[in-house]
Amino acid sequence: MTASRPAWRASLAGLSGGLLLAWLLWQLLGWALWRAEFRADAAACQALQHHGACWGVVAEKGTQWLLGRVVEAGPDAGWQLGGLPLTLLLFASSWWLSWPLAIGLALARRSERHWLRWPAVACIEGVRGVPVVTLLFMAAFLLPLLWPQGQAPALLWRAVAVLTVFSAAYLAEIIRGGLQTVPQEQSEAASTLGLGWWGTQRRIVLPQALRAVLPALTSHAIGLLKDSSLVMVIGLHELTGGLSLSLSGDPVWRAFYFEAYLFAGLVYALLCLALARLGRWLEARWPRSR
Amino acid sequence: MLSWDFLLQPAGFDIGETGLFVFDATQPVWRALLVGVGNTVRVSLPALLLATLLGLLLALGRGASSRSWRWLSGGIVDGVRLVPLLLQLLICYLLLIEWLPDASEALPLAPGVWLSKGGLAFPWPVPGDGGLTWSWPVQEAFNVQGGGAVTPEFLAVTLALGVYTGAFLAEVFRSGIEAVPASLLEAADTLGATRWQVIRLVLLPQALRTIVPATTNQYLNLVKNSSLAVAVGYPDLVSVGNTTLNQTGRAVECVTVMMALYLGLSLLTSAAMNAFNARRAMRGDA
Repeated sequence: MTASRPAWRASLAGLSGGLLLAWLLWQLLGWALWRAEFRADAAACQALQHHGACWGVVAEKGTQWLLGRVVEAGPDAGWQLGGLPLTLLLFASSWWLSWPLAIGLALARRSERHWLRWPAVACIEGVRGVPVVTLLFMAAFLLPLLWPQGQAPALLWRAVAVLTVFSAAYLAEIIRGGLQTVPQEQSEAASTLGLGWWGTQRRIVLPQALRAVLPALTSHAIGLLKDSSLVMVIGLHELTGGLSLSLSGDPVWRAFYFEAYLFAGLVYALLCLALARLGRWLEARWPRSR
Repeated sequence: MLSWDFLLQPAGFDIGETGLFVFDATQPVWRALLVGVGNTVRVSLPALLLATLLGLLLALGRGASSRSWRWLSGGIVDGVRLVPLLLQLLICYLLLIEWLPDASEALPLAPGVWLSKGGLAFPWPVPGDGGLTWSWPVQEAFNVQGGGAVTPEFLAVTLALGVYTGAFLAEVFRSGIEAVPASLLEAADTLGATRWQVIRLVLLPQALRTIVPATTNQYLNLVKNSSLAVAVGYPDLVSVGNTTLNQTGRAVECVTVMMALYLGLSLLTSAAMNAFNARRAMRGDA
């Protein structure tokens, strides 16, 4: 197909792409590095008039975004959980808590007993059919109704519960996909050898199933990390929400939202890349059973 | 314990933009929710179109023979997929309301198309004496008048959803195209088919089989992700539902209605895509 294409057209396409790429990089580097202000100096930043990046906003507020907030006076004095630690807490707790639930849902959905299968189907499809934001509204407005007035767990833990259920519904479908790749004979052989149902699942079926869907597990983890930013909508101040909170009330630094958002984007991108790298490392270390 | 009477009572709040609906605070709550659903659909459809076009462009770019185009589209696809959609939406909105000119000196993009902090204005048909006539927006002293217009909130949601979903679709399209055996394309080439015939008659029908189911998933995600509009104040279903909840205090009912409506939208999207799949993608023998 490409052979019939004239060579001059191919080289023209390559040249135009190269020029565009070079121009974009030049503009980006100029703005982000050469003309940028790195010190937390508001006057110098304003003098740039956005012709260069003001990374001073990161120098000024970065610690608070990455480590949480310290309130110096008043009834809430002390360290407040927020920013990146809250993001990591939401992600890690809902990720690990969703595993037992997801395995249960996946096994139930494959069960031949109707009373096990249909509730699992309803739960999985129901959760997957609605946006996370409406699930978070449940955490904010509905879950407290289950407890007597004023005794409900903190909003943070209700959000963790909702993110866990959300993660479990998607995880269950990934695991189910993996379970389908394990041949039936494996379970039959295991039970012939005297392994019980649970032993067969734990020692024979699940390890092979999970290995088969490892790439999908990695992208689910990345998705969950990104989706943890949505708790901002119900007023929890993790990395994205904490950043907005710290700038919206600050007349000096609020002009530099863009740089702050880019910094947060960079932090998320690095975390996601680390997860992707971890996934590939696991794939290499844990050879696929033939 | 559940009570649905509040759906028939006057809403008591206004909605910033109502699309094709007419709404004011004296109308019942269910009309407000309907306007919310309408706004969700109104923002999802252009975003779907944008995402599909962008996905195609990026997939073509990643498969280009020139290295710089591959790097450029690869960089966009990877970069966009590594950052939360909410953050991208906030960035889009910030750029639109901070960096665009005021409505008094709007940017003319094309004849009759104006872009400013006030939003995007474009020619729009209005009922006149002899059927529909086109109304053209014109720049006046303080803002752009006439024609159709969308708000910066609408633009931000459409752009962010379109770009984010487009990056995921690019990967779907690319893997679908790569799944078609090269020998098939070579065979068609040998038989004397032109480049365009090879694409239209061999590549696309084969690739669609793998692409359509994964694309359906991305479209479903897009419709659900449009709920993030609440973060920039676009009055979508979640935003209207949230206002209703705060006004009436009927938390269980409001959250239930929201979830049921999203389930309905998801089912409609799946049904439409399944019909397309049955009619187009799975046409003929393998």
